[in-house]
Order: sequence, then structure tokens, then C-alpha cells
Amino acid sequence: MKQIHRGVVYDWLRHDKKFPHVWCPGCGLGILLGSLMRTLAASGLEKDEVALVSGIGCSGRLPVYVDVGSVHTTHGRALTFATGIKLFKPKLTVIVVMGDGDATAIGGNHLIHAARRNLDITSIIVNNQTYGMTGGQYSPTTPPGYKAATAQYGHIEPSFDISALSATAGAAYVARSTVYHVTQLDKVLGEAIAKRGFGVVEVLSPCPTNLGRQNKLGGNVEMMKTLKQSAMRIEHWEKASEEERAGRIPIGTLVDRDLPRYLESYKKVCEEAARRRQEACA
Amino acid sequence: MLRPKARLLQGNEAASMGALAAGCNFFAGYPITPASEITEYMSRELPVRSHPFIQMEDEIASIGACIGASLAGAKAMTATSGPGFSLMQENLGYACIAETPLVVVNVMRAGPSTGMPTNVSQGDVQQARWGTHGDHPAIVLCPSTVLECYTLMVRAFNIAERFRTPVIFLADEVVAHMREKVILPEEDEVEIIDRRRPTVPPDWYVPYKTDGSLIPRLADLGSGYRYHVTGLVHDDRGFPTRRADEVEPFYTRLFGKISRHFNDLQLTENYMTEDADYLIIAYGCTARSAQAAVRLGREQGIKLGLLKLQILWPFPRRAVESALEGKKAVIAPELNMGQISREVKRVNDGRSLVYRLGKMNGSMITPDEILNRLREVAK
Repeated sequence: MKQIHRGVVYDWLRHDKKFPHVWCPGCGLGILLGSLMRTLAASGLEKDEVALVSGIGCSGRLPVYVDVGSVHTTHGRALTFATGIKLFKPKLTVIVVMGDGDATAIGGNHLIHAARRNLDITSIIVNNQTYGMTGGQYSPTTPPGYKAATAQYGHIEPSFDISALSATAGAAYVARSTVYHVTQLDKVLGEAIAKRGFGVVEVLSPCPTNLGRQNKLGGNVEMMKTLKQSAMRIEHWEKASEEERAGRIPIGTLVDRDLPRYLESYKKVCEEAARRRQEACA
Repeated sequence: MLRPKARLLQGNEAASMGALAAGCNFFAGYPITPASEITEYMSRELPVRSHPFIQMEDEIASIGACIGASLAGAKAMTATSGPGFSLMQENLGYACIAETPLVVVNVMRAGPSTGMPTNVSQGDVQQARWGTHGDHPAIVLCPSTVLECYTLMVRAFNIAERFRTPVIFLADEVVAHMREKVILPEEDEVEIIDRRRPTVPPDWYVPYKTDGSLIPRLADLGSGYRYHVTGLVHDDRGFPTRRADEVEPFYTRLFGKISRHFNDLQLTENYMTEDADYLIIAYGCTARSAQAAVRLGREQGIKLGLLKLQILWPFPRRAVESALEGKKAVIAPELNMGQISREVKRVNDGRSLVYRLGKMNGSMITPDEILNRLREVAK
């Protein structure tokens, strides 16, 4: 009988986890989950070489579906747990999944310091511009003027540009993609995981249930269309005029640079410490 | 190399040395007086041993890094004082529900808030028990001498590893900062306990399934055992659940794994209690004044004894109950308005008369203050 290959998603899915998953119809997180599993399969990594860490919120529920060591931590603190894991087990590939509120509100401090420190950790920040799990309150990336469960008269705060924030804080690799541009998403996730240094992938994702409904943005199809139309590849963005850029968002690899890496520097500290101790004892 | 038998050590130094002797191989912390000496000591010693030390961006991050490292197999520790300890409370609960071994040092200073940096206090005793939200067990050790900073720290790690739980090492500013002549045990005299790791093949590993000890085996991340860790209430496999028939056994086991071994956790010391008419129950730096009060009292003909608590939580009620038996009066002096004396009163149950002696002015309780209180109540 012909062997049917069920595909890489089947291989990397955790089969003893009960389904259905927790996400609403039209959510982008399922697409990201598939993309992440394809990327891991293509990376050549073994399952036991990967630790998947998340915070709290809709995105926090992603790691449990992947057949790797997974840690669902506290709200905003995923990067701190990941830092401990990476420091103690440097050979593990540590990937962190966070939401926009998780990574840039409650966990904003950890994000900038993790980027500055430059440990080999990949951060995937799912930006749906709202707190989806708690019912659509405004987040640091909710655009001004939008309605939210806690901004019923319109949101008045400027929003964070997660990619720019990460780049400024010192991340070695920064990319932005969307759950519409899946081929590109697979590519940048692969680059970020392979990158030696702190990598951030900002993933724009629709939340029709909360953000969409409150702001009359349509359902999933309309919101996916908006993602398609508003995204502009960074190669085009760099050549585009101010007018062409209006209302558009650059996607692709935004930053890719080599910076001193924490683990290499710490190794030198250990060598120096051991040398001095030996001298003192001699 | 000859080891000097006696040395002059600071409490924080001895605590750090105890941690290293117990096998501590990961430290993450954030500077705060009066705990910074521990962080500084570890920053000097861990790199020599090629183990990670990191100063994180805050105390929340420090305990988070420790939990992550512990899940990866480390014996992890962080050290802080009141304000930082308050920040750690949420993740402390995470370590509790995810059953992660960990030692958190809180060198108590006067609070609330910034309080009096950095005068001594014992105001965090109930916080150490109840600080994180949700009902949960807690294990809290409390040193009163520099030597105990070392020996109890070794026990703190052993208890954390054995019970798969965070252990709080609740020192105070006086004990942490004072220097005493101590003779540390030889390294081969130190008993070290490591967490039980799975021995079954990975396919058979059910992460939260337990035996009679009620303490599940913990696999290191990246060791071939792939499983899920979460702060949500979880089933035997580690997956979130809200099914009453799975939730209730979980909570029962979480408490049971400590209470089943309650007799192993009665860490107290008796000082001249055999023939005592009156008893002092004290802990931390106050136990030092109490010991002096016992000597002074006996010189004046008062038959006085001391029960020193080295564990505060779970409250060592077996030891306290038997010490209360037959005493005319009991005084519980402490640098707060009655956080342990209420526990003593709770377990007293008519055995004796229990009086509190609280002091909150940033200085220690003196032996005379204890004796004066005794004279007052013994009238």
C-alpha cells in the first residue's frame, strides 16, 4: 500500500493535546502556527533541540500545540523565562511567542532589555492591535482613533511601531510580515531562527472578533484583504515616495546585523574569572 | 590546600557560600540593599565555575529567569529585599503551580513600600506565606546566625529540589549584614539532594503523574522529554484543564506533597526549655536577643527558655505545641505588630498564655525589653 505522507504540520503537531484549539474563527494564530511548524521542519532542528516559550493572551496558547518542550509563562514575562533557559542550556533553540500587549505593554521592559542584551533568542510578536482574549481593550499598538472596549469614544494614544522599537533597542534581526504573506512569513521566521543574536519577527494578524467588530473592519476576509493592500515590501518601500508610503506598512527583513552576542561575551568572562582565580591560588 | 577552620563571615556571604555548596549553578538578580552582597558574591563566583550569572532588568525578570533555568535543569537562586520581593509574587505563584524548584532570598528591611532603607524588620513573614494570589502551600526558612545562613541555605535548596517547590529564605538585615566567627562544615559533610528526574523512556513520561510521595519527577527542558509547562491548572500531562475531576486532585496533591512530609519540616531549636516556667518563641535576629534574655533571666532566677524557629512556614506546630505545654506564660517577640505571635496563639489552644511583643522603629528588640515584657505579664 502506498504510504501517505501527512506533511510536516502533522509531524510537529502535539497529538496528545486535546482539540479543538482555543482561537476564534478568522484568527491569524492558526496560520502562524502552521508557518512556525513548517519553518521548524525546514530548519533541520530536532524536536528536542527546541524550546517554545510564550506569555499570556491568545498567542500564549500557541506553544502547547507544538511537539517540543513548551513553557506557557506569566503575562509579559516570557522573555525572562526564555533568558534563563537559554543561559543555562545554550544549545537549545529558544523561540518566544508573544502578543502586542504581552510584549510591548506589560513586557515592554523585558523586550527592550532582551534586545539590548542580544542573546540568541527568536521573538515572534503577534500584533493584532488589541487585547483579544480579554475582549478588545486597547493595546500599545491600537491606532489612534480606533474604538476599543476601554476606548469607547476613540483611542487617543499614539501607537508603538514594534519593529522600530526592537531595532532601536538593539535587536540583531528584525522582520515584519503578516499572516496573509505566508511564504514571506515562513522565510523571515527561518531567517530569525537561524540568526545568531536576538531576532524579532512582528507578525500582523487580524482579530475580527474584537478589533474588527468594534471598528467595523469587516470579517476575516476583509481584514486579510486590508493586510494584503496595506503591506509594502521593504524593497519597494525604500524607493517609494512619501505619497506612496501613506497608509502602507513596510514588510520584509528590516534589520539584519552582527552585534556582540551575550553568550560569547559571557564565555570570555568565565575564562577570565577562572584565569584570575588560578593566579590567586597559585 | 589547608582549609582555615574558623573564619569571619558576613551573613550574606555565608548564605551565598551555602548556596554554592548546595549546588546552586544559576543566579539572576537585581541590586537592592540589604541583599546586594549575595548578588555581588554570585557574580564573582559563578563565572569561575562557568555557570551563568546575570543581573536582570528588574526583580520580576530575575525570578522569571530563575524559573526558566530551573526548568532547564538548574539549581537557581535569586536574592532581594521587600520591594523586590513584592514584585516577585506573581512568578512565585507560577513556580508553585508549575512545581519548579527555586530558592528566593528575601533579606527583610522595614516596609511597607520603600520604608526605612535599610533598617531591620521582620514585616514580611505573612507576605512570605500569602504574598502570591490563590491558595497554595509555602515553605519559608529563617536564619538567626551567620552559620545558619550557610546550613539553612543548603537545606533550602534540598527542600526545593525534594519537594519541587520554591523555597523562601527569609533573612533579616541584621543577620545578613553582621559578621560572626563561623566554622563551616567540610564540603563532604554537606548533604545534597537533587530533584528526581524521570527514568522511564520519554514516550512513557507523564509529567505530573506521581507515586506515594505525591512529588512528580521533573525532566529538564531539552533532555528528550517533551512536555508542556503552564501556570494554568493542568492535568497529569501538563495540559490546561478546568474539569472538576482533574482540578480537585491537582490542588489536593499540591498541598498534600508538603503536608504528607510535615514531620520532616519541624526545624526548630530548644534552648534551656526542659525546666522552663516561661518560654520565648522567636526567630531571625530577634532569637539572638531572646537567647541573651534567657541567660539574663536565669541569672535573675527566672526559669526562662527559648524555642527558636528556623522554619516559619509551614508553621512548625508540632514543635510549638509541645514547647507550649506546661509553661506559665509565653512571649513571642518580633519586629512587626504580631505576625508570628498570632500563629502561636492559633496553635496554643489553651495550653498557656501567649503574649506578643512587637517593635517597629528600625532597631532590634533588646534582651531587657523581652524581660520587662515578661515581668509585666507574669505579675
